[in-house]
Amino acid sequence: MNISLSITKNIHNWLFSIMPEGVASITEMVLIAVVYLAIFAVAGLYLVLLERRVAAWFQLRIGPNRVGYQGLLQTMADALKLVSKELTGTIKADKFLYNLAPYFVIVTSLMALALFPFTQEFQAFDINIGIFFLIAISSIGVIGILLGGWASNNKFAMIGAMRSGVQTISYELSVGLSLITMVLISGSLQLSEIVEVQKNGWLIVQGHVPAVIAFMIYMIAGTAETNRAPFDLVEAESELGAGFHTEYSGMKFAYFFLAEFINMFIIAAIATTIFFGGWLSPFGITESIPILGLFWFLGKTLVLIFLMMWFRWTFPRLRVDQLLTLEWKYLLPLNLLNIVLMALIVWLNLTIQF
Amino acid sequence: MDTTTIKSNFKSEEYFINMGPQHPATHGVLRLLLTIDGEIIKKVEPDLGYIHRSIEKMCERDSYQQIVHLTDRMDYLSSHINNEAVCLTVENALQLEIPERVKVIRTILGELTRLASHQLWWGVMGMDVGALTTYFYGFRDRELINDIFEETCGARLTMNYNIPGGLMFDIHPNFVQRTKDFITHFKTKLPEYDRLLTGNVIFQKRMKGVGILSKEDAISFGASGPVGRGSGYSCDVRKHHPYSAYNQVTFNEVLKTEGDSLARYQVRIEEMWESMAIIEQLIDNIPEGEYKVATNAVIKLPKGEFYQKVETARGELGVYINSTGTKNPYRLKFRSPGFSNLSLLNHIAVGGKIGDLVASMATLDLVIPDIDR
Amino acid sequence: MTNETLQNLISSWIPELEFTEADSQYLNITVKPDQLHQLMLQLKNNSETSFDYLFCVTGIDYEKELGVIYHLESTTFRHSIVIKVKTEDRENPTFDSVWNIWRTAEFHEREVFDFFGIIFNNHPNLKRLFLTEDWDGFPLRKDYVDEINMVIK
Repeated sequence: MNISLSITKNIHNWLFSIMPEGVASITEMVLIAVVYLAIFAVAGLYLVLLERRVAAWFQLRIGPNRVGYQGLLQTMADALKLVSKELTGTIKADKFLYNLAPYFVIVTSLMALALFPFTQEFQAFDINIGIFFLIAISSIGVIGILLGGWASNNKFAMIGAMRSGVQTISYELSVGLSLITMVLISGSLQLSEIVEVQKNGWLIVQGHVPAVIAFMIYMIAGTAETNRAPFDLVEAESELGAGFHTEYSGMKFAYFFLAEFINMFIIAAIATTIFFGGWLSPFGITESIPILGLFWFLGKTLVLIFLMMWFRWTFPRLRVDQLLTLEWKYLLPLNLLNIVLMALIVWLNLTIQF
Repeated sequence: MDTTTIKSNFKSEEYFINMGPQHPATHGVLRLLLTIDGEIIKKVEPDLGYIHRSIEKMCERDSYQQIVHLTDRMDYLSSHINNEAVCLTVENALQLEIPERVKVIRTILGELTRLASHQLWWGVMGMDVGALTTYFYGFRDRELINDIFEETCGARLTMNYNIPGGLMFDIHPNFVQRTKDFITHFKTKLPEYDRLLTGNVIFQKRMKGVGILSKEDAISFGASGPVGRGSGYSCDVRKHHPYSAYNQVTFNEVLKTEGDSLARYQVRIEEMWESMAIIEQLIDNIPEGEYKVATNAVIKLPKGEFYQKVETARGELGVYINSTGTKNPYRLKFRSPGFSNLSLLNHIAVGGKIGDLVASMATLDLVIPDIDR
Repeated sequence: MTNETLQNLISSWIPELEFTEADSQYLNITVKPDQLHQLMLQLKNNSETSFDYLFCVTGIDYEKELGVIYHLESTTFRHSIVIKVKTEDRENPTFDSVWNIWRTAEFHEREVFDFFGIIFNNHPNLKRLFLTEDWDGFPLRKDYVDEINMVIK
């Protein structure tokens, strides 16, 4: 495996100069983990705040604006509150699995986060099977939801978990296939390679028609993957109360909650990397300043996140059979056709390259 | 829905689930005992009484003026119309001549109440099918009506504005202008409701062909209001047994023949247009005159039985008073629209999914205190 | 159909019915308990009366007797009628259920059973609707006593 830890060469060199090699590697890994945890926590909290402000904007409200300037510390305060809350649970719950479930959800989303090239030099874990790894990791998260729903010993949670199972298994296919469509054109599974390829034009432009179709399918399936409206059947409030996390409280609930937002970030970040050139600036206008890659990456990701929030606050929820019909009868056949179309386009060299 | 009829070789097991009394979709303390096979509803059994206050028993010891104030607490979203129902019964029994001014004001307020109730219903209807934004749109407009009520009646929800013999006090000088302003405002906002929710393809899929109620069943189950009219059953009390000033105005009784959730939804949306039309016909011509006629401080109804129907936002509210000639009714019965509409929930929900149950229940527009009384 | 023609028609079916229009805006018919179901069925199915809408079922305690009042309306002819039935048996008052004629009666009769203790034969699910299963007594009867919860002026 080709693991390149290349956040900053200076720290790397400095650590290796003052410590023996083994200790330095471990220290470096710990440091990176801490940095990513921090990113994770801050990103999660501020995505929650962003969602609340966006929702408020859609709903003719102001949204949180009291704690800190323009409510910037609101979610911090919420997190503090959640930490201090009592952890309740049902008596007959399977204690071990019940407590394990939130960690499954949170750890998988954290692992996926390590893969992204935030900018050229800012990537923790540049693995050559990047996309494959992402798909694999993101499907583990559902185990946490299934465990949580089952181990809670609550029928509403159980129904939520069952729905989550069918939903994730179905939409996993569409996410995978639409990404494979794009792999056909990029010719690599490694995320840094994929960004490199896009220096000749973002993949959504290079692949034109099939790429746009793949992007649409990916966004639909990705929204379903994160269990967000209009696919939030797992926690359909009006049907199941709180769905699979009905019996969770305090920090355990917060883990589920944060993981949902991190997953949304991941889905948007994958789309940014695969379809919209990752950290590349449009037409290479800021290529001389590499650090601006971070700006472009986050900017594109936030636009896509906004798109997903837009879905959530304007669409009603699907019914469970309609959800499966959409996937198996429409998205999947379309996706398979789209792969063939993409293969033809790549084979006949009909891609658009600048 | 075809999935429900396919015979499966797998052994399926039915289980019970308690929906309510604390559940986001039951809008109050309604408890539904669901028998479910996977996601498919096999049986819905409502368990009532969590907010039962026995208003009918309380009425037997109260004077007629006091009874009016209890009716606010039944269907709190049509409180004005509930008040009116009792007042009309008492006035008819006493054979009082009610001034035209009172009739017109009561009609206008009744239609404003209907508008406010339908706005709230539209908001929570969206929430029940997962579109959370509708709630705030509905409440934005309802707030304006509540302001009008606050100014004229002194209360925003439980108005208590009617008394036997007329109104408690005259309308506020701003009433006419504010009502007109509201109508102008809401005429631009109601199409927004359609743009946000009605036309949405997911919403259409969720509502069309779900919870079908035939016309025969609607009559047999005693459905009334938009629930009955969504099944093509002409049951508008305002048309068939006009009271107050409804015989002075022209309006259409909205009828849809599909009988599904979407039809019930559309009936309410179109009813809002009709309500605005009624208000527009009356608001400029409120007759001058007294706002009440004097009644005795202690009202004694003559011996006999009196029945009055009115059309609340949810359907037909009936008031039955059996009087023995004393200052209290011997027996008073409220025939509440929600009670009959709830009784058909099992009929329309069986065979559907949990999501269908929530969607059809939302289109029944249940107010639990109205059912429990 | 006017009240008079209704009265003539209905009295031709069952002779011993009591008709009155005094103290009420509707035509009132008092029927014996054992003829109730037969009368109701005819009122619904006869093409001239066609009372297909049962809009109110009221239980009532006349001190000596217990009774049920049915308000009927025809959605085709728009005429209304009131059917009354009484029994002096306060221990075990029993009438026939009409739920198989009008489905709405199922809930309304449960309500009457809950508050008056009137038993309806052939009712599919006759149990307490609002009150708990172990509730003692029938609150809307005139002789019901609850010293804690009832405020009597």
